[in-house]
Amino acid sequence: MSAIGGALPRLERTGRVTQLHVLRSEWTKLMSVRSTRWSLLAAVLLTIGLPLLFAGVTTSHWGSMAPHERADRHPLDIALAGVNVSQLAIAVLGVLVITAEYSTGMIRSTMIAVPKRLPVLWAKMIVYALVAFVLMIPSVLIAFVGSQAILNRHHILQISFSHPGVARSVIGGAVYLMLVGIFAYAIGAITRNTAGGIATFAGIFFVIPPLMNILPTSWNNAISPYLPSEAGRQIFSLTQGAHSLSPAAGGALFVGYCAAGLALSAILLVTRDT
Amino acid sequence: MTKVYGEKRAVDDLTFTVKPGIVTGFLGPNGSGKSTTMRLVLGLDRPTGGDVTVNGKHYCEHPAPLHEVGALLEARSIHTGRSARNHLLALARTHGVSRRRVDELIDLVGLHDVARKRAGKFSLGMGQRLGIASALLGDPHTLLLDEPVNGLDPEGIHWIRNLLRSLAAEGRTVFVSSHLMSEMAVTADHLIVIGRGKLIADTSVDEFVRRASGLVVHVRTPDATRLSELVTKDGVHVTSTEPNVLEIEGLTPEQVGELAAGHRIVLHGLSERQASLEEAFMHLTRDDVEFKALEREQEAAA
Repeated sequence: MSAIGGALPRLERTGRVTQLHVLRSEWTKLMSVRSTRWSLLAAVLLTIGLPLLFAGVTTSHWGSMAPHERADRHPLDIALAGVNVSQLAIAVLGVLVITAEYSTGMIRSTMIAVPKRLPVLWAKMIVYALVAFVLMIPSVLIAFVGSQAILNRHHILQISFSHPGVARSVIGGAVYLMLVGIFAYAIGAITRNTAGGIATFAGIFFVIPPLMNILPTSWNNAISPYLPSEAGRQIFSLTQGAHSLSPAAGGALFVGYCAAGLALSAILLVTRDT
Repeated sequence: MTKVYGEKRAVDDLTFTVKPGIVTGFLGPNGSGKSTTMRLVLGLDRPTGGDVTVNGKHYCEHPAPLHEVGALLEARSIHTGRSARNHLLALARTHGVSRRRVDELIDLVGLHDVARKRAGKFSLGMGQRLGIASALLGDPHTLLLDEPVNGLDPEGIHWIRNLLRSLAAEGRTVFVSSHLMSEMAVTADHLIVIGRGKLIADTSVDEFVRRASGLVVHVRTPDATRLSELVTKDGVHVTSTEPNVLEIEGLTPEQVGELAAGHRIVLHGLSERQASLEEAFMHLTRDDVEFKALEREQEAAA
């Protein structure tokens, strides 16, 4: 530690707290923590790597596969296989972006700098959603082009990007991941606790949906399509099941869940003590 | 203002004003409500009753809050995975404050060599310096520092004292909490003393010392237990640091001597000395602390 001394230099110019300033601050925060970079790298690698791996395995086993097995394979299922896994990395980071401030005490510094609080909630959400989207768009495109190129070596499971619904599904994969990030972020903002936030997300996305199978089929069919995970999934599904919502309706509903979560976090943020 | 957490009245109908141009000490035993008061001023917690303003406005209504108040809280308020420099940079950006200013402050508090290390690896003293740097970032009119000398080495303590005095001399409002009377005696001009969330004194340091520090009678006797029982009454406080020695506050040596003679108690020594500042402070806040200990016992029994 070097010597300390000198008087406090005067500030040449005092800026005000604006939404744009808070956005820049949140960008600095997101990019200056190591765990962010690792989680985002993991999401990118999973989104690209798993489809390439599945394409390779499918190609090498194609000769020994039964006709009904071959019929079950769909090129988009392979191209977007990574989305199902990388959503976990995106969700965990979405929770952490806000709960890490509470667990480390950083939230006090943040709220002293921005005592109106809400600009922080919006800035964090916007920065994280944009970062997730900007990284996931090329990832899903590379996954699609790459998996198609591998499958093309055996001239199997080819589908054109201009085929109806394909472009929407591939881009939809990135949109879905961004929305999962926002949904998880809202849960983190409500729970203010990393373990609680991740557990809540996992409960909603991975525990409740299979539980629906215990219900009578008619109930299951009536409820399941409206679960956040099922509604959101339609954004990147090429074809819809008999009871599923359309991609537009499912997407709109999932956006609605995100908005509701954010609204609740906003109310709690301004009313709770920090 | 008042702040109630569940059953506990952390701050109880507390009213005071802090003036610019001087260092005001905020003194109270641990758990007396100092930190809560600071959190209420900064809007981190909302008062249950009453109101608190900074320069005529609620803290959150100022367009540039960091230019209004620079705060150092007692609790750590730093993301452990971020470097000191990035921490300050993130705070600076909320107000559009330049990167150059961040580097100036890092030099000022002496963190130049460790500015790019993760804050989680910082010692208590280094964390404290980083907290002081963030408090000074916005060139604030008012400084609100909760136990700033905690964990600082003697050089650091000396530096912060001089810094606080020079900031006050520039016309800023400086409000510093401490549970150490001796620290406040050398740093502060004015004192706000609280105990159990209530205001005990709002006075200059000189006046506080004059009023609070009484005399202590030092007695050496083989019959300490009996003498202790005899002198104990309202307004008299007896402590015993070693066998056969009593320290009595609230009576003169004459009164103690005559009382002992009247009950045929042998005295081996009888002298008086000035109470220290710490003793004066403890004398003022003792009832509050003791009452709280009693309350805790009752709670445990219930």
